Amino acid sequence: MMTEADVATRVQAHFGGRVLEAGAFRGQHTITLAPTDLREALLFLRDELGFEWLMDIGGVDYLGYDERDWRFEVVYAMLSMQHNVRFRIKVAVSEANSSVPSVWDLWAIANWEEREVWDMYGIVFENHPNLRRILCHDEFVGHALRKDYPITRRQKLSAPSENILCDRSEIA
Amino acid sequence: MIQSSTAVPPLPSDLLTINMGPAHPATHGTLRLQLQLDGETIVNVGAEIGYLHRGFEKQAENCQYQLVIPYAERLNYMGPVHNSNAWCWACEGLLGIEAPPRAQALRVITSEMARIIDHAVCIGTNLVDMGALTNFWYMYNYREKIYDLMEELTGARMMVNYPRIGGVCLDAPDGWLEGVVRVMADMQEVVAEVSGLVSRNRIFMDRTQGVGVITKEMAISHSVTGPCARAAGINWDLRKAQPYWGYDKLKFEVPVETAGDTYARTMVRFREMEESRKLVLQAIASIPGGAVMVTDHLVALPPKDKVYNTMEGLINHFKLIMHGIRPPRGEFYSATEGGNGELGYYIVSDGGPNAWRLRIRPPCFANYSVFPKIITGQLVADAVAALGSINIIAGELDR
Repeated sequence: MMTEADVATRVQAHFGGRVLEAGAFRGQHTITLAPTDLREALLFLRDELGFEWLMDIGGVDYLGYDERDWRFEVVYAMLSMQHNVRFRIKVAVSEANSSVPSVWDLWAIANWEEREVWDMYGIVFENHPNLRRILCHDEFVGHALRKDYPITRRQKLSAPSENILCDRSEIA
Repeated sequence: MIQSSTAVPPLPSDLLTINMGPAHPATHGTLRLQLQLDGETIVNVGAEIGYLHRGFEKQAENCQYQLVIPYAERLNYMGPVHNSNAWCWACEGLLGIEAPPRAQALRVITSEMARIIDHAVCIGTNLVDMGALTNFWYMYNYREKIYDLMEELTGARMMVNYPRIGGVCLDAPDGWLEGVVRVMADMQEVVAEVSGLVSRNRIFMDRTQGVGVITKEMAISHSVTGPCARAAGINWDLRKAQPYWGYDKLKFEVPVETAGDTYARTMVRFREMEESRKLVLQAIASIPGGAVMVTDHLVALPPKDKVYNTMEGLINHFKLIMHGIRPPRGEFYSATEGGNGELGYYIVSDGGPNAWRLRIRPPCFANYSVFPKIITGQLVADAVAALGSINIIAGELDR
């Protein structure tokens, strides 16, 4: 029986000094890494520890939250059905260099989820095949879930997109 | 496509691009599909979402935890009360408190009723898209009975705003639970009638078997959950695997099919309705007595007579309304089994009365991301049948 604490120990042992932050709250554990270690971490979880599911990708903007060296985090919620355990990997993304490697080739769901994080936070996913806005309109300016985007701002948007046919990455 | 012989040169054919939606009767919500057709066969698909995007997550960062409850019900509006039950449970996890057993049983009862109407609407509308209108009336007729019960319990039919952080707002009125038992007894007849009309129906089987197949591998890669995953042979239900609200004490089965097609998804939903009925009846039979709300004055509003007649009660009420519930700093993910799969709330708290960040993991978003893949190479009519069986609810897809 593997617990979240065991997973945290294994991931920490694997990454050693490359772990930026390790946290636990109410029995839920997280490990924060640099974007360059992301793919290695997710593959380690998938292939070594049996986390075959990437349930969710979400961004968080920590502007004004506390004194941390990075502004954004991208959170990868993983699930292992065989061990019935969850785990979260987070990557620290600075405002100056806001790019993260895409994992759409490992999990197809990442294609849309990463588009949403780009749409809402302006975080770029390298090697993403189709990094367009997904919820907001093409003409939308800014990134709505950033803390410095005022909730009352209104934008006038006109025409629907002409062509939305996918580049086949979604149907291949 | 017509095969051309060597004598006659093939007719020049261009691909035809058509739009389906955003306002199309078969999309049951505002979705836009662009299809590239060769004859009637779909060769390329573009899916555009976001027509119902209303900034739910941004809004939730700007209002107190308890004010998110009515918003949450507008996620999956086919089974509204489950979303708010799950939201309150997520907040309780963040606060480290637990609702009283009677409140948890009431959540099970209301959530399973929500699942029944969610599946009833899904099956009914899916069959309408395939030309079987009768079933739609049978299912909607039954849904009205559940709405009547909801109205009796909460005063509202659809958006009931029933649970609270730390419990539920009202205990069930006298005779309500007996009324639920009576309405549950009617359900078997409805499900038997509708499934009897379609499950061995040649037209229905031809329209659905082998149509819109989600394989097990696709389901894992797209993190498809809920009935769509169970139809693809994934035996996983959060009520079983990671039980909450006392589901571990109730007996029910997880229906699993292996074909992964539209037919299998419909059959899984029929069987899940029956399991939900069993769950409701067991929860009613074993419902404990006692309070339906915690007494913690940092979470629960004081009773009205205390507010009107005592200074402490008035101050407590004022503090909770004006300054809100303040969970400790931290982050928490809670997942429940919604009508369409895993409904997750990821909350980051800064210790204030509003969530610093609320990320919703809507089951539909993942389920719909597989849709372009499963209709490529199929007919337009098959795409309509498959779309209905995935049960896309634009409210939670676009948030």
